[in-house]
Amino acid sequence: MTATADEPVEIDVAASSAAAVKKVGLFGRLARNQSVAIGAVLVGLMILIGLLAPLLGATDPTAISPAARNLKPGVERNIFTPAGEQVTRTFWMGSDSLGRDIYSRVLYGARISLIIGVTVAALSVAIGLVIGLIAGYIRWTDGPIMRVMDGMMAIPGILLAIGLVSVWGAGLVTVIFAIVVPDIPRVVRLVRSVVLSIREEPYVEAAISVGTPVPLIMFRHILPNTIAPLIVQGTFICASAMLVEATLSFLGIGIPPDVPTWGNIMSEGRSYFRIHPHMILFPGIFLAVTVLAVNMLGDGLRDTLDPRLSKRI
Amino acid sequence: MLATIPVLGMVAIFVFLMLRLTPGDPAAVIAGDNANAEQVAQIRAKLGLDEPLVSQFVIWITKMVQGDFGESFFFKKTVAELISQRIEPTLSLALCTLVLAVAIAVPLGVLAAHRHGSWIDRFVMGFSVFGFSIPVFVVGYLLIYVFAIELGLVPVQGYSRIAGGFGSFIERLILPSITLAVIYIALIARITRASVIEILGEDYIRTARAKGLSNRVVLMRHALRNAAVPIITVIGIGIALLIGGVVVTESVYNIPGLGRLVVDAVLARDYPVIQVVILMFSFVYVLINLVIDLAYSFFDPRIRY
Amino acid sequence: MKSVLDIRNLTIALPKGSDRPHAVENVSLSVGAGEIVCLVGESGSGKSVIAHTVMGLLAGALKPVGGEILLEGEDVLKVDEARLRELRCTRMSMIFQEPMTALNPVMTCGDQIDEVLRTHTSIDAPTRKKKIIAILERVHMPDPERLYASYPHQLSGGQRQRIMIAMALILEPVLLIADEPTTALDVTTQAQILELIRDIQRERGTGVLFITHDFGVVSEIADRVAVLRLGNLVELGPTEEVLRRPQHAYSRMLISSVPSMTPKHRDRDTAAIVVLRTDGLGKTYGGSSFFQKSRPVRAADDVSIEVRRGEALGIVGESGSGKSTVARCIARLIDPTEGRIYLGGDEVGWLSSRVLRKHRRRIQIVFQDPYRSLNPRRTVVESVIEGPMNYGVSRKEATERAKSLFEIVRLDPRALDRYPHQFSGGQRQRICIARALAMEPELLIADEAVSALDVSVQAQVLQLLDDIRDKLKLAMLFITHDLRVAAQVCETIAVMQKGKVVEYGLVADVFNTPKHVYTQELLKAAPGKGWDFAAFAPA
Repeated sequence: MTATADEPVEIDVAASSAAAVKKVGLFGRLARNQSVAIGAVLVGLMILIGLLAPLLGATDPTAISPAARNLKPGVERNIFTPAGEQVTRTFWMGSDSLGRDIYSRVLYGARISLIIGVTVAALSVAIGLVIGLIAGYIRWTDGPIMRVMDGMMAIPGILLAIGLVSVWGAGLVTVIFAIVVPDIPRVVRLVRSVVLSIREEPYVEAAISVGTPVPLIMFRHILPNTIAPLIVQGTFICASAMLVEATLSFLGIGIPPDVPTWGNIMSEGRSYFRIHPHMILFPGIFLAVTVLAVNMLGDGLRDTLDPRLSKRI
Repeated sequence: MLATIPVLGMVAIFVFLMLRLTPGDPAAVIAGDNANAEQVAQIRAKLGLDEPLVSQFVIWITKMVQGDFGESFFFKKTVAELISQRIEPTLSLALCTLVLAVAIAVPLGVLAAHRHGSWIDRFVMGFSVFGFSIPVFVVGYLLIYVFAIELGLVPVQGYSRIAGGFGSFIERLILPSITLAVIYIALIARITRASVIEILGEDYIRTARAKGLSNRVVLMRHALRNAAVPIITVIGIGIALLIGGVVVTESVYNIPGLGRLVVDAVLARDYPVIQVVILMFSFVYVLINLVIDLAYSFFDPRIRY
Repeated sequence: MKSVLDIRNLTIALPKGSDRPHAVENVSLSVGAGEIVCLVGESGSGKSVIAHTVMGLLAGALKPVGGEILLEGEDVLKVDEARLRELRCTRMSMIFQEPMTALNPVMTCGDQIDEVLRTHTSIDAPTRKKKIIAILERVHMPDPERLYASYPHQLSGGQRQRIMIAMALILEPVLLIADEPTTALDVTTQAQILELIRDIQRERGTGVLFITHDFGVVSEIADRVAVLRLGNLVELGPTEEVLRRPQHAYSRMLISSVPSMTPKHRDRDTAAIVVLRTDGLGKTYGGSSFFQKSRPVRAADDVSIEVRRGEALGIVGESGSGKSTVARCIARLIDPTEGRIYLGGDEVGWLSSRVLRKHRRRIQIVFQDPYRSLNPRRTVVESVIEGPMNYGVSRKEATERAKSLFEIVRLDPRALDRYPHQFSGGQRQRICIARALAMEPELLIADEAVSALDVSVQAQVLQLLDDIRDKLKLAMLFITHDLRVAAQVCETIAVMQKGKVVEYGLVADVFNTPKHVYTQELLKAAPGKGWDFAAFAPA
């Protein structure tokens, strides 16, 4: 677009068409992106399943019934409730070696997985953002911080988590922290690279030369640029956190086995796999679909919010 | 290149601190729940836990450098001995996976980039999202169920040493390798596609077309060679994924490798073993990436050391 | 004259939803053997689109929908992909704007030229090599044997463009398309490349379609000129005819917008106070640190200049001369490593950032890239009032001031609430000027502030800066690579080379009687120095 005549009126023409483009902008593009749409719907569905588990026919996921052990999916059995009544129940996804209803465990498992995914994403983004901003803007801290981050990145994520869990002991909180720690350096690097590149932008230099103090420059001109990539990164962290938790639990070194998580259900199913593959299949499908949905959401968000990033990977 | 040394030092410090900074008495943690006070005291003296942190680290790192990795509480063997027994299966699995993944992923990624927007492109992208989303152990059990149990094409689990014949070696290795390769293929295919697409938009590709070169030559000679650096970089970074996958795959397939060892060690709270295996995997990871850094100058004459 | 290229009624459609239906509309144009035709236009005129269409290199979204392009009688719009590939480099070749990125970085230069021969001929290897060495010599490359084995990154921009020319001409095509081939180069290199293209073209009788936005270049090499405006051909004729008597109002406006090389006479107030003075200013980059050793680079070395109230000092030089470094040191965007900077009576070069804040408002800077100078997420009023509000002005008062500043820079104050992307490049540059003026500075630095603008817009912005300077009695520091701009804007001028000021004096003196060899070279290399475009006559 080139101004060919020296008249202020001309802006209005250019502006109105440009404004129209902007308005279709974010939400239009997000809604039109297939990945975002499918991902969001599936994630929403999983959240609903987790929240509404009791309404969907799930019973106490930890209740054991010796009479109904190792059932195939769809089998009906009479069992005793903790209150002592006898009821007939259909085990839609079968039962495990302690006679617990896998269907109920899978539904409640959605809660744990989602809580872990979201908490890990929020924590690592928050911690990484603060460290990254410091490293990117206060020059002398950059070297030491990045050396520490390089060291952390050099330990393969799952191993670092395994190491931390082994010292801290298994449990929801320790597992969350053990997954957060390896993710922090990745966020720090991202934030730092955004800060370093935006810092060179002429508009930031212009802000410096009109006397804007450093904290205000950070908040006003630099921080907003980190939001889009962080949302995208956070989504991917959420997906990988659910996978790592399931892996740790599956290996028997994550969340204590009585808690119904998808990883734990599969871990219990390991020994019976040849005869009862459903013990791994059902939680496996739920886990894969949830992670897939979050990943699709992340891909779509990246393509719409941060096209620069989509070029990189 | 020199930057590798501080990174290795950092890793050593982390691994060292991991145990020392635990809430509570590290000696008690190591000794386990059933140990009596005397055993705890013994361990404390052995590890020098009463010394200041810095001198503890110096003692520890000196021993490590000298190859004195300590002793396993659980297996009642030296850690060095344990590791030397477990290294072959892990190495075979990792190498087999690496070769398989690169051989499949790179052509797939180039094809997807070349036919950007076509069904093959969407298939590759779709596969890569799937690959990132399905847990390694679920893939493993699915493959076992279909190929070992239902079709009976390969043995279900276990490992056979290469010394025991190549046939049975590869027969037992192929399924674990495919399992582990899935996520790696997803990663490499994706970055190959992205890099090649980006490079196809470069000015020198336009120059190459303006010379009258065919699409194939433009793609293979000009685009792929320029995409080599990002691709091998991701192969290097992906080693971390591979190592994480090894731990899981070995557990699924009952392969007596280092990954299995670390899981057993965690379950048995065998800290000397955990420490050394983590340290070793990390060092290997860093060194592989160092080699890759050095290889850059082979692919890109602009990079010199 | 036999025409090698004949474009007839060419129309190229833009994708739906663009600001106009056609990138190029009904354009007819021919290039004769041994003739150079310049296709001139501002950004968005469609000149590059035409060039790429001839080569069959058009990007996917654009489609030729009418007309024909005859290359020696063969319609390249109708031939298949295989035939098109055959024609490239054998009958028609193209060179591009960015020599830095146009060559494959991982292949040697010799290999890249060799590829042309291997693709289109069956000559054996030793003969090919001999041919390549010969053409490298022809494009005046020193030491062709060594260059054959060199990678592009080991060469300068000018050398890379020579490699491109060698590659394009090795098979002696009848048509060479040159798409702004010298725009990215320094002026002395540009002069050499232009001379080379003209020599080879005359020697071989090649027809050249030369795309440019620069009438200086046109006057140097064109036989005929075609002027393109928003996809329409508005003027076509022999160069001298068009430069002297442009028929279309648009060509007239374009040509008259080119600043003259003859310095504009300005009355100087010799009693005016000195606003800015630097004393031995220097900036050294690099040097040894704990982890790495690197050779220190002296980006600016012993620079002593001064600017008086109401006057403009131009700093001119080629890329890497250190002119921007000086500007950024004075604006304290980077810290000088030597010397002093006096603003009025105050030394500001070594102030800590805390103390410096007090003085920041006194120096303001306008940058080169209008698209990156405003925060895209904030309305322009936010950008303009940010500075005054930092110094305690209330939002209301600052907004009022912004409104009056918008009138001064001739923008509609009602547009204050819009976002930067809703403005054109020239308008954004006006906003940046308004932002700078809002601080009521004593010194305004323009760091290549008009370089990214089309010539007609550039003329308007220069006029605006001139008016403001007179009205507000501002001192200005004008960093530019363009001698024409400096001649029109400045009272005094400093010529920089490799970090040093090699010549410093009144503009008229420096232009009329340059003392330093480098200044003489620069002036000699300036394209179109023989023309006074605004006067439609030779200088």
